[in-house]
Amino acid sequence: MSALLEVQVAAVRQLTPVVREFTFAAVNGRLPGFSSGSHVQVVLPLAERTLRNAYSLLGDPRDSGVYRIAVRLQEASRGGSRYLHEQVQVGDRLQIGVPSNLFPLHSLARHHILVAGGIGITPFMAYLAELEAQGASFELHYAYRSGLTDAYTAELQARLGARFHGYDAAAGQRLDCANLLTGKPLGSHLYICGPQRLLDDLRARAAALGWSAGRLHWEAFAAPEPGLPFTAELTRSGQRIAVAGDHSLLEALEAAGVEVPNLCRGGVCGQCATGYLGGEVEHRDHYLDEQQRSHVLMPCVSRGGCSGPLLLDL
Amino acid sequence: MSVVMKALETYRDDFTFRNSPEAIARFPFPFPEDSYMYSVNLEPATPREPGSVFAHWFDIDEHYVSEMAERARVLERDPDRCLVMPHMAQAAWDTLEMLMEHLAADYPEHFALQREGAQWLWSNRPLGIEQRFTFGDASTLPCEPLEYITRQAQGDFALLDQRDGDLFMDAGMVTCPADWSLKFDAGMSFKQWHAPVPGVAHQLGVFERALKYLVNIQVGHPVRRLNWTMTINPRLDTSSETFHEWGHERGEVTAENVASLVHLRVELQFMPRLPRSNALLFGIRTYLISLEELASNPAWACRLHRVLRDLPDEIADYKGLTRYRQTVVDWLRQFDPQACAA
Repeated sequence: MSALLEVQVAAVRQLTPVVREFTFAAVNGRLPGFSSGSHVQVVLPLAERTLRNAYSLLGDPRDSGVYRIAVRLQEASRGGSRYLHEQVQVGDRLQIGVPSNLFPLHSLARHHILVAGGIGITPFMAYLAELEAQGASFELHYAYRSGLTDAYTAELQARLGARFHGYDAAAGQRLDCANLLTGKPLGSHLYICGPQRLLDDLRARAAALGWSAGRLHWEAFAAPEPGLPFTAELTRSGQRIAVAGDHSLLEALEAAGVEVPNLCRGGVCGQCATGYLGGEVEHRDHYLDEQQRSHVLMPCVSRGGCSGPLLLDL
Repeated sequence: MSVVMKALETYRDDFTFRNSPEAIARFPFPFPEDSYMYSVNLEPATPREPGSVFAHWFDIDEHYVSEMAERARVLERDPDRCLVMPHMAQAAWDTLEMLMEHLAADYPEHFALQREGAQWLWSNRPLGIEQRFTFGDASTLPCEPLEYITRQAQGDFALLDQRDGDLFMDAGMVTCPADWSLKFDAGMSFKQWHAPVPGVAHQLGVFERALKYLVNIQVGHPVRRLNWTMTINPRLDTSSETFHEWGHERGEVTAENVASLVHLRVELQFMPRLPRSNALLFGIRTYLISLEELASNPAWACRLHRVLRDLPDEIADYKGLTRYRQTVVDWLRQFDPQACAA
C-alpha cells in the first residue's frame, strides 16, 4: 500500500450497541480531500498481527477537515472491529491509507436510488451530503434493526423527510425489493451497500426488469473469509510462506515483507492481481474472468489448497 | 530555487520567444533511447531534483508572464477554449484548490494563499492579482473557477470525469494543444479521443493498459509521462481551430532556416486525482525549444538525429513531420559522429 497518514482519534461515539463512530484528525497538516463513496484502510496493530481493514468515509466531502468512519462489531470478527470497539480511545494515534473511491456517484444519473442494509449505510452518509449540496434527486432505502443496527436513523429521518424509507426488522418491516425498481424515472441509477443476499436479490430483479448493468453500482462488505491453512512459494526468491486459516494470502505476504499493490482488500478492485505458476487455487474474487483465473489470482481474498504449495510468480 | 521571469515575449507574429541557457539546461528532453516507439511510459510523479521541470506538481518557468498573456489573447478571440460541463463544476473547484495550494507552497516568492474556512485570499505577484473570494461560490470570482485559475497556470488542463470504468473529457482549458481541439473532443471517452493515434499504438494495447492504470490513480499519488512532437516557430496555439494560420508553415522549412524555425515540442503530462470530485486532472505542460537551442547540447542533437531518421512513417505522418523531416535530419546529421563517419 502507498504512503500512510498519521491520524489522531478526535472523537468516539457509540451509535448503537454494535456500531461505534470514530472521528480522525490529522496529526500534521491537512487531511487530503475525498469524494463521496471513498474508503480508507485503517491499520490495526493487534497483539498477534497487524490487520488493514477498509472503512467508508462518512463525512461531508466538502468539509474534509476530519475523517469519520462507523464500525460494526462483527461477531465472527478476525479481531479488527473488536480492537476498534474495545481498545481505541480518544487521543490514540492510528495509521490510515489515503482515500480511494471504488464506489463513486455516477455524474450523469438523473435520479439516485440508495439502498443500505445495516452498516451499509456508511458510504451513503457521504453520498447524502454530496447529493443534498448538489440539489440532486434521490431516495434512500435503509433496512436496519432498531436497538441494534439503526445508526443515524433519527437524524436521517428528520433531514430527508419523504426521501427516507426505513425498514425496521424488529418491527417486522421488510425492504420490498420487488417494488423498489419499478416506476423509476429514466436515467435512474441504483446503488447498493449491504449483505451479499441483498446485492444478489436486487441485481437479479434489476436484470429481470431490463436495467442495464451500467446503472447498477454496489459495494459488498469486504473482508476476507477464513479458510484452511496452506503454503505459498515465491518462485523467484524460493521463499516459502505459511498462510494461517484466518490470514489472507495478502496479509501473509505483507507479514513476510512482500509488498503487493492493493486498494479494496475485498476482491473487487483488481489492484493486487498476482500471477501464479501452479498449485490448487480457490478463487473468491469478483474481478477476474475465467480465462484470467487460469494464471492470475487475487491474494486479498483467494486461497491455495492443501494438496501442495501454491507457486506464485513473485 | 527562485524563478526569474523574462520580460514579455510572443508566441505568434514576430515570435520573440527564446530560451535562456538555464531554460535549455532544464528542458525535458524526452528520448531515453536512440529510437522511439509508443509505450505506456507512465511513472509515479515523485518530485525530482530542485530546479528541474519535475521538481513540483505544477512547473512555473521564465516564460510564465508571456504564456499567460498568450492564453489571454487566445481566449479573447475564442472564449470557448475553456469549457466546463455542468457535472464538472466540483472538479473545477478541485483544480482551483490544487493549483493554488501547490503554487503557493512551491513558489512562495510569487504566489500566496490564505484560507479561513471558505474565505480565501489569493495573491499572484507576477500578474499583479489579489483576489478575495468564497471557496465554492463562483459569483465571488471574476469568472468561472477553472478559467480563473488556469489563466494563471502554464500549460493546458483537461478534466476527465471518471464513470463506467472509463474517462470522459468533460471540461478543460486548452489554448496550446498540439493539433487537437477541446471542442471536438468534448464528451469523448478515453479511447474515442485517442482514435486518431496510429494503429501501431492500438495494436500494442497501449490504451487499454494506460486506462486501467489511470482510473486507479489515488489521491496524493499522481503520475506523469512525456510526449513529443515538432512545431514550426515557437507557436503555442497549434489547435485544430487555427490550422489555417499555422499548417502552411510546414512548407516553409529550408536548409537555411531549419535550425531557428523548427522546434521540438515536449509535453510533460501530469495526472493527479482530484480529491472531492473523483475526476482526473490531465495537465499538459508544453515546452518549446528550437533546434539551434537544442544543439547547444550535442548529445541531444545526436540522439534526436537518430530518432527522427528512424521514426516509422506512420508516426511521422501523425505528428505532421513528413514535409520537413528530411531537412531536419540533414541538419542534425552533423551532430551524429557515427553518421558523419559513414
